[in-house]
Amino acid sequence: MQLIACPWCGPREEVEFSYGGQAHVPYPDDPGALSDEEWAHYVFFRANPKGRFAERWKHSAGCRRWFNAIRDTATYRFERVYRLDDPKPVIP
Amino acid sequence: MAELLRTHPLEGWSTRVERLPDTVRITVEPYVAMVDVRLGAVPAEASAALGVDLPTTPNTWVPAGTGRAVWFGPDEWLLTSTTEAPEELEARVRAAVVPLGGSATDVSAQRIGLRLTGARVRDVLAKGCSIDLHPRVFGRGSSAQTTLGQAGVVLLALSDAGDDHGVLVRSSLAGYLADWLLDAALEFTTTPAS
Repeated sequence: MQLIACPWCGPREEVEFSYGGQAHVPYPDDPGALSDEEWAHYVFFRANPKGRFAERWKHSAGCRRWFNAIRDTATYRFERVYRLDDPKPVIP
Repeated sequence: MAELLRTHPLEGWSTRVERLPDTVRITVEPYVAMVDVRLGAVPAEASAALGVDLPTTPNTWVPAGTGRAVWFGPDEWLLTSTTEAPEELEARVRAAVVPLGGSATDVSAQRIGLRLTGARVRDVLAKGCSIDLHPRVFGRGSSAQTTLGQAGVVLLALSDAGDDHGVLVRSSLAGYLADWLLDAALEFTTTPAS
């Protein structure tokens, strides 16, 4: 089984983690000004790349903290993990 | 009205657990007062007020009076006490951390403790836990929140020899975990354990 390196707890089995979708989706600055279509885009529309993807993960069975990870969606390899307050790494 | 007697979730397992050999000894511990502490940072005042330095290194625990302080997260700890009543512990910890912007909640009923001692307990734990429990990396003072079998547990290393581990498990999963441990320990028993 693949090990995922929790930024707090270290490498743990993949089953201890839960997936949280795309990372770095900013909350709208002025939600009230959005049209229904723009709101739908914020709520439902996510990137779906083949390759490296910045995602949110949660160490559900451990420290229960959210963190971000760069994962390759084609190979499932975790390229790196980083804490929520770290800036988004440049994805090559 | 019927009298409500306090029972331990593993009462029904005591006979089978006692039959295990000393190499895989399982001891069911009595209820222990536990408080979950949330605190954004650990200033010196917190250590002074609590009487213990909350560990800030992930996956560690330290002795705290008669109990322990277990790292649960960057802003979360579990404080236990074997001598204080749950409400006393909660009140004492709450008085210490609330002025610092923290919180304390009595979670004594959430988990019960098992103690696993013996030369083969690491082999038993390894059947359902991927964490390296060798004393070189998991010596006394180490802790881990992980899964054992299918149950979420807190593992505590209580010796530097790797033959003494504490396991905190949710009360409702204690029976499952006891069954799982008895099954995992079967190959180390000389007589049938059940």
